[in-house]
Amino acid sequence: MSVMPAVSGVSGTTGVPGVSGASAGLPGASGVSGMPGASGDADAGEAGDMPAPLAARARLFPALVAVYRAQLSRARVARIPLLFVATFQSIGIMILMRGVVDGGSEARSVVAGSSVLVVAFVALNLLAQYFGQLRASGGLDHYATLPVPPSAVVLGAAAAYASFTVPGTAVTAVMGSLLFQLPMANLWILLAVIPLSGAALAGLGAALGLLAPRQELATLCGQLGMSAALLLGVLPAARMPQVVSYARDLLPSTYGVEALARSFDGQPDWWAVCADLGVCAGVAVVSLAAATWAYRRAAVR
Amino acid sequence: MVCTVRGLVKTYPAARGRRGAPATPAVRASDGIDLDVVRGEVFGLLGPNGAGKSTLVRQLTGLLRPDEGRVRVLGHDLVRHPERAARLLGYLGQDSTALDELTVSLAAETTARLRGLETRPARAARDAVIEELGLGEVAGRPLKKLSGGQRRLACVAAALVGERPLLVLDEPTSGMDPVARRAVWAAVDRRRAERGVTVVLVTHNVIEAETVLDRVAVLDRGRVIACDTPAGLKALVADEVRLELVWRTEPPLDVPEVAALRKAAEACRAAGGGSGRRWTLRLPPDDARAAIATVTGGPAFAALDDFTLATPSLEDVYLALGGRAEGADGLVKA
Repeated sequence: MSVMPAVSGVSGTTGVPGVSGASAGLPGASGVSGMPGASGDADAGEAGDMPAPLAARARLFPALVAVYRAQLSRARVARIPLLFVATFQSIGIMILMRGVVDGGSEARSVVAGSSVLVVAFVALNLLAQYFGQLRASGGLDHYATLPVPPSAVVLGAAAAYASFTVPGTAVTAVMGSLLFQLPMANLWILLAVIPLSGAALAGLGAALGLLAPRQELATLCGQLGMSAALLLGVLPAARMPQVVSYARDLLPSTYGVEALARSFDGQPDWWAVCADLGVCAGVAVVSLAAATWAYRRAAVR
Repeated sequence: MVCTVRGLVKTYPAARGRRGAPATPAVRASDGIDLDVVRGEVFGLLGPNGAGKSTLVRQLTGLLRPDEGRVRVLGHDLVRHPERAARLLGYLGQDSTALDELTVSLAAETTARLRGLETRPARAARDAVIEELGLGEVAGRPLKKLSGGQRRLACVAAALVGERPLLVLDEPTSGMDPVARRAVWAAVDRRRAERGVTVVLVTHNVIEAETVLDRVAVLDRGRVIACDTPAGLKALVADEVRLELVWRTEPPLDVPEVAALRKAAEACRAAGGGSGRRWTLRLPPDDARAAIATVTGGPAFAALDDFTLATPSLEDVYLALGGRAEGADGLVKA
């Protein structure tokens, strides 16, 4: 309780506070100059500072693997129930469509559309929601203050979400083939369809999630994208009005659907399949680049 | 000098009103901030909610670009090269969303990997920090399933893993029990003693600020209103003591001394003191003694429930310095 002599000079000006109007206060900034080392010409001392060595950056591939692994571990707690939802949804759609289409090319596009829908649900919709939430809550700060290349975060997350879709897509394709009695000999094409359309849709989802000004909008965009993939992918293209079929051509999932649908033919046109997958790959590169750019933009505001 | 801040200004633009959300005016969250943090010290930023503490640390960590001013960390200009911050400092933000679904051990390991460590050193660092913070029992559980304090501790583990010469921690111990708190401060102290690590810390816990900080800058409305050691700041108001009175029933205002005390309490209340039946007064020691004599005798004593007499805390300093009158709610005492 003793008055310290060292501060009497200062307390002289603050004798007032406490009882009678504590807000009288000190003249603000004068307290600041009491810092050690800030004596007058702080700049001179600062100029003499040798810049400290920077710690190593995380390299792209190991960082990508670390993000991928971490994201995949989330599957156990968060993603498996949703994957069930996605799979049941697709199987349900195929059962419904059985009454509408009667084999042939329409059946192929229904099965292919329903299978790729699982990819759209997880990679586009859920990833858009994930990044939207991460951005809105400030969770991106965690990654932004680690020396990790932005593309590693985006690619790692996108790859993990695309991987989540593998079991659901495979189950849907097999079930659909059984339902519509389609040949399963060429289903191995899923090994190319899932990663390529997964990458394209995940890139799109990540970009939407990171660019949407609000979290709800990110969710909305993801849902809309998935609805578009559902309507434009599952419904047979031949029955669509001209305008809608243009929209269908713009949606990257369409090319995954087409590639898979073609593979159900007895003698698939492999060049056309490759062309479709090539479009998927091209869109994937562009959308992942866009997502990386969006990540940079979202991380430093 | 580890960290130098000069003339930092950051204004959040005004938001247009939407349906259901009123328009908010532009906020000057940093209003000409100057700071110097020297090597090896634990430097605190203290202030109520909305004082601009988090905005300031976000600019120190390259997450937010200031409108004006300079930020130099370990000789690097972070306004020009914000991406270097990640290679100079470890940051603990307020949010844990990025880690929530990971297990404690995977959160620490992944963060170590992303901080540039190879697999084996990352695992070693993970094991060390989990051991150090006593997280062994919950290491296999996802953060989401932990209590608030444990989850915060796991985030601290992620912030500490992988060596950095500067740690920027935004309310590291919020929600923690005393054991966890002690573990955090022990871990911080060890890094400081062994490697000369510097710590910049945001807190609004006054007691904690007094015990762990070497120096503290008091922020109010985006300005540094004082900067000194906790003892030095307290010395500003050392010629006063704080007296708190709690009345069981209506205090006897017909006693002139009690009426005078009430007047003083009202003046204090205007500056953020107590209210109603709880009076907070800041008085010179002699006056406090006289006040206690008054309230512990006669009709006043019959109405008195409790009183405490204490030396000033940083909260009193904050009020005495002209901190926002209503803002003291943001400062936590316990």
